Amino acid sequence: MNGRPIVAAMLALCFAHAHGAGDPARGAELYEARCTGCHSLDANRIGPMHRRVVGRKAGSVRDYAYSPALGKSKLTWSEANLDRWLANPEALVPGQKMGYSVPESADRADIIAYLRRETSTP
Amino acid sequence: MSKIIVAQQAPLARRNFLGQSGGVLLSATAISLMAGCETMAQSSNKSESQDVAILNTALGLEHEAINAYQLGAESGLLDKGVLDVAVKFQSDHKAHRDALIATIQKLGGKPVMEMKMGDYAKALKADTLKSQADVLALAAKLEMGAINAYLGVIPAFKSGDLAKVAGRLAADETMHWTVLSQALGRPLPNKALSFGA
Ligand code: HEC
Repeated sequence: MNGRPIVAAMLALCFAHAHGAGDPARGAELYEARCTGCHSLDANRIGPMHRRVVGRKAGSVRDYAYSPALGKSKLTWSEANLDRWLANPEALVPGQKMGYSVPESADRADIIAYLRRETSTP
Repeated sequence: MSKIIVAQQAPLARRNFLGQSGGVLLSATAISLMAGCETMAQSSNKSESQDVAILNTALGLEHEAINAYQLGAESGLLDKGVLDVAVKFQSDHKAHRDALIATIQKLGGKPVMEMKMGDYAKALKADTLKSQADVLALAAKLEMGAINAYLGVIPAFKSGDLAKVAGRLAADETMHWTVLSQALGRPLPNKALSFGA
């Protein structure tokens, strides 16, 4: 009886984490340091462009040569899927070619918050 | 201050660049990179093709770096001494490229091709480069990106030998980044363990 609210609170916390409790300003810094070696918001480089990635179908940017695995994945980049991808891309999409991961969940939440912010701006 | 450091670097870079043929340097690197992969080069399996995919992503980074330095070199914005250093760094990236291509082929993979120079120019917004400092800042940014990318993919390699290759590439890029940020008069990182975080 007493355990219930605690479990609910913990679930709520997890949920909040996976769904945008992140800090976009810190996310911008993390993105700059960790992602811009390969990605830009508005240009395909080593990896595909990221503008409007939240909610986008995986592997759908035109003129970017995805791995067959990601191209065929049928995933949509929900925030939960982005979190799984950044935690371990190979576990989510075996055969992908990014290979880069972000081990800390708080860092992932901040980066995703930043991507969401950039998704809603043109 | 920044001038002095570049000036000190330049004669050294020139000597290296002209004194040793790129070919000699490069094949030695390629051989030493590949030597560690000898044992795994025989069979083609899943973890190996996964490693090849990441090596190809690394190759994409090197193609981009080579083209970025080319854009800088052709911009007409660089002083002679700085240009020499840029050419030396570009030759490092060419050695990385050739070593990665050799390793990918050895593992039975197909190396990714370079894009067209114009595509790199567009992606890197080369038209916004107006001064030597702009060119150096772009180079420093790309080198930093490559350092963090290489350090970040280390855990993804199934082969420890290839993980070590990523570490060695990151070390070269760190050397480049350090020289570039000195030339820009920027401070050193104020904390330890700033790379790859
Ligand atoms: C080493 C280079 C590299 C780094 C660093 C890197 N990525 Fe990627 N990323 C890639 C590549 C290559 C792909 C394409 C993967 C494929 O096709 O299998 C990709 C794909 C993606 C995708 C899928 C996009 C789509 O259109 O389906 C997302 C999302 C993504 N990366 C996010 C990130 C974020 C966020 C970071 C920083 C934390 C990051 N990446 C860092 C290389 C990189």
